[in-house]
Amino acid sequence: MHKALVMKADACTGCHQCEMMCSYGKVGAFNPAKSVMDITIFDGGAVNVPSTCTQCEDAWCMVVCPVQAITCNPATGAKEVSAEACVGCKVCSIACPFGAINYDPDSGVVSKCDLCKGEPMCVEACPTTALAYVAQDSTGYERMRHNALLAAGL
Amino acid sequence: MHYVIAGAGPAAVAAAEHLRELDGDAGVTLIGVQSQPPYSRMAIPYYLTGKVGEEGTYLRRTEDHYEKIGIDLMCGEVVSVEPGTHQVVLADGQQVSYDKLLLATGAEPIIPPVPGMDDPRVQQCWHLEDAKRIIELAKPGARAVQVGAGFIGCIILESWVLREVNLTVLEMGPRMVPRMLGDKAGSLLQSWCESKGVKVHTGVRVSAIESSEEELQVVLDNGEICPADVVIVSTGVKPRLDYLGGSGITIDQGIVIDEHMQTSVPDVYAAGDCAQGLDFSTGKTAVHAVQPTATEHGRVAAANMVGANNLPYKGSLNMNVLDTLGLITCSFGAWEGVDGGDYGELYNPENFQYINLQFKDDVLVGANSVGYHQHLGVLRGLIETRMPLGPWKDKLKDNPVLLADAYVGVNQAALQKAQ
Repeated sequence: MHKALVMKADACTGCHQCEMMCSYGKVGAFNPAKSVMDITIFDGGAVNVPSTCTQCEDAWCMVVCPVQAITCNPATGAKEVSAEACVGCKVCSIACPFGAINYDPDSGVVSKCDLCKGEPMCVEACPTTALAYVAQDSTGYERMRHNALLAAGL
Repeated sequence: MHYVIAGAGPAAVAAAEHLRELDGDAGVTLIGVQSQPPYSRMAIPYYLTGKVGEEGTYLRRTEDHYEKIGIDLMCGEVVSVEPGTHQVVLADGQQVSYDKLLLATGAEPIIPPVPGMDDPRVQQCWHLEDAKRIIELAKPGARAVQVGAGFIGCIILESWVLREVNLTVLEMGPRMVPRMLGDKAGSLLQSWCESKGVKVHTGVRVSAIESSEEELQVVLDNGEICPADVVIVSTGVKPRLDYLGGSGITIDQGIVIDEHMQTSVPDVYAAGDCAQGLDFSTGKTAVHAVQPTATEHGRVAAANMVGANNLPYKGSLNMNVLDTLGLITCSFGAWEGVDGGDYGELYNPENFQYINLQFKDDVLVGANSVGYHQHLGVLRGLIETRMPLGPWKDKLKDNPVLLADAYVGVNQAALQKAQ
């Protein structure tokens, strides 16, 4: 059973420490612009929503990639980008309907959450319970699915 | 059960793998024209720039990938389809029987009907072999004329500039990439290219290419002449349909398919650049000839081939992203707008930035952007889910840059409402 990165808006204070650590893990610099975890702040900080890739099973980015640069890590279930294989065509960045994979002009390849090989740095950095990395059966997948269907009016 | 796939591009490979996943016992045969492993045309521009070698263009990275998962690769050109006997015939006379057939034969370049196109210094940029010849011809300092500034034309520009050729681009449309960008976006892209030293002429047609031993002369319909050492033709593509005569399969712009990706003939399906399938935005059928549509077609076709037509397709959202000398442009869905629609726009020519969002009521239906590369996918998410934007529509009209915020915002609101 893979673990999942769980994000809870109601526990997020908008401190951006996850973004700092994420970018440090990704590019070795504290630069939120390079983070693949994003905190969106609404109403002047009244509501803060963390979001990143949720590692879809039949991931759009992975299926659409013309050179198989995105593969599933069997240990974590994360969809990982091979910087060596990625040609930088960006087709994944328009195909992902969550906007969770982005081109980085500095590296010439795309960048997305890879769950840090099973030890997500954003979770370590989070001072509250807004980010957690837990067994998938306890993430309330069924509840999320139910809510998503409700929200879609189905 | 034996599934046969004519073609070996992205739609064909996506379909073959999905067929294998869904029906472990069946035979799956891919018939490709070229002898090298299935490769990706999308990667050719990066082969031209030297970012990847030839292996870097292959659709799958391990040599024994197809063998390992039980997909038979055949080299051959399908020259006819005979639905009566459930067979395809190859150029060498070989007959291949199928229970279900997928036509994924892709597209071929459109060659302008002008004299002089047969000179060896006039090159298409379509097959990997074309790319290899262009690399030989495009020496530093060479005068290169590229005919066509469409999708492919704009992506390959960079490889000429990196090769330090002296480049002139000719486009017969009123602007660059006229099928994907509106006036402002197309003009921004043109001035960007010009700022990088590329000469761009729009609204011009080539009437002939005259050749002497020393050089080529590209003659334009306005009488102007562009001298060249090499001419690259990238004037668009059209579905490959020449082998379908006598098959009884209905053809329009491409191979017409229904919501199950089936052609007008039972047990024959089509996918990718050769197929004219349902368009998400218009509800009509269209040939998209883009990678996302091709891979979706392939997977949905496979599901219907295995499951006896039980997965109706919602249609593909036409979308495209280009990187032209470092300027990223993209288009989604009804970027030209819809009747009774509304739009929001940001235009910042000094920074080569532009966003145009098209709405129908409070739903996003299309978009163009220039100079942005973050969270572009949310445009697809918002369009395809038809999520009502509510108060976010006015915020986006004021400031289209808030796209990703709007996406998170409307989803968060929907979630709260549901709880």
